Amino acid sequence: MSVLSFTIAVFGSSILAGLLGALTGLGGGVVIVPVLCLVFKIDLHYAIGASLVSVIATSSGAAAAYVREGYSNIRIGMFLEEATTVGALFGAYLTAKVSGNRIGVIFGVVLLYSAWASLRKTAPQPKAAQPDSLAMRLNFRGSYPIQGGKEEYVAQHVPAGFGIMFVAGTLSGLLGIGSGAVKVLAMDQVMKLPFKVSTTTSNFMIGVTAAASAGLYLSHGYILPGLSMPVVLGVLAGSLVGSRILVNAHVQTLRLVFSLVIVALGAEMILNGLTGSL
Amino acid sequence: MSDQTDQRLENAMGRMLQFGVTVAAIVVLAGGVLYLKHFTGPMPNYNHFHGAPAAYESVHGILKGLGSLDSQSLMAFGILLLIATPICRVIFGVVGFSLLRDRLYAAVSVTVLIILMLSFVSRR
Repeated sequence: MSVLSFTIAVFGSSILAGLLGALTGLGGGVVIVPVLCLVFKIDLHYAIGASLVSVIATSSGAAAAYVREGYSNIRIGMFLEEATTVGALFGAYLTAKVSGNRIGVIFGVVLLYSAWASLRKTAPQPKAAQPDSLAMRLNFRGSYPIQGGKEEYVAQHVPAGFGIMFVAGTLSGLLGIGSGAVKVLAMDQVMKLPFKVSTTTSNFMIGVTAAASAGLYLSHGYILPGLSMPVVLGVLAGSLVGSRILVNAHVQTLRLVFSLVIVALGAEMILNGLTGSL
Repeated sequence: MSDQTDQRLENAMGRMLQFGVTVAAIVVLAGGVLYLKHFTGPMPNYNHFHGAPAAYESVHGILKGLGSLDSQSLMAFGILLLIATPICRVIFGVVGFSLLRDRLYAAVSVTVLIILMLSFVSRR
């Protein structure tokens, strides 16, 4: 294959990955890494390097819109970034110590979890009986726009949320993904923040989390310019188109189909990792 | 805490992120066009890990290659701009929360900034 046709093939696949990532709400990273490894037979470390860069692009590109809409909470986001960035440094450090096959198996498990989490129906959170004192001290509160006014909220279980954020950061650094599914779990399920606040604040944090691993990835030699170029541009374009479709279209069936694709990719990653062919 | 000044900080961050991504993507694209136009030789081997060429493993190396108009250095420089975008957002936080006289969150932003810097000074 020539460099030109290879680049075009990777670019096209990255557009699809970005589209799929936006429509399932999982982000492009979890889709493009298995595609690069399984379809293009690219080394896992190069794949997660290219993916990490694309994750920074999509997070920053979309954060602009989210921040303007007033759903994301920058205080909660920045405080929890202390946990995700330390986790990301640890995860990026581990990539050099753990074999590609093992990373592949962990990747597959995260894919399966993410697919399940994105399909799960989230029941509306019951209102907290009394405000969390740590949350009040940290000013973990806010309001977000709802129909005909504003809804107030206060975070719960801050230490547990902080701990899960460290895990989210470690997975991000280890796998070159945004790990939005785990970040949303920490805020929505554990800290009991409104779902929209959780997803947008998660997206707000993804870029900074990924930037924490980027320096180590660079010095480890994971970021190849020639490979990262079509991946970044493709995933960015795909996710921008995907988020437009998301606003306009009825996507429930589409989401189910795509989640099945994610499950298949996850199973394939686990299988390849276990047989030692990554 | 005033909601309005918070909103202004959020808006400034959003605009900055969008600007950073746009500029970075244009630089990566320009480097990519040059790369594909002038690339000769065999397809590089991505199937086995042997690290990126040393010139693209450090900020210093990438900036040096930029001087000799190397297309891969230009793509790598675009990637550096992309990585710098969220880092700038944290710097915005340091300045913004200081202006809002929110000491706690100014300190939080400084802490995150220090952690980010660790990634770039640590060596293998």
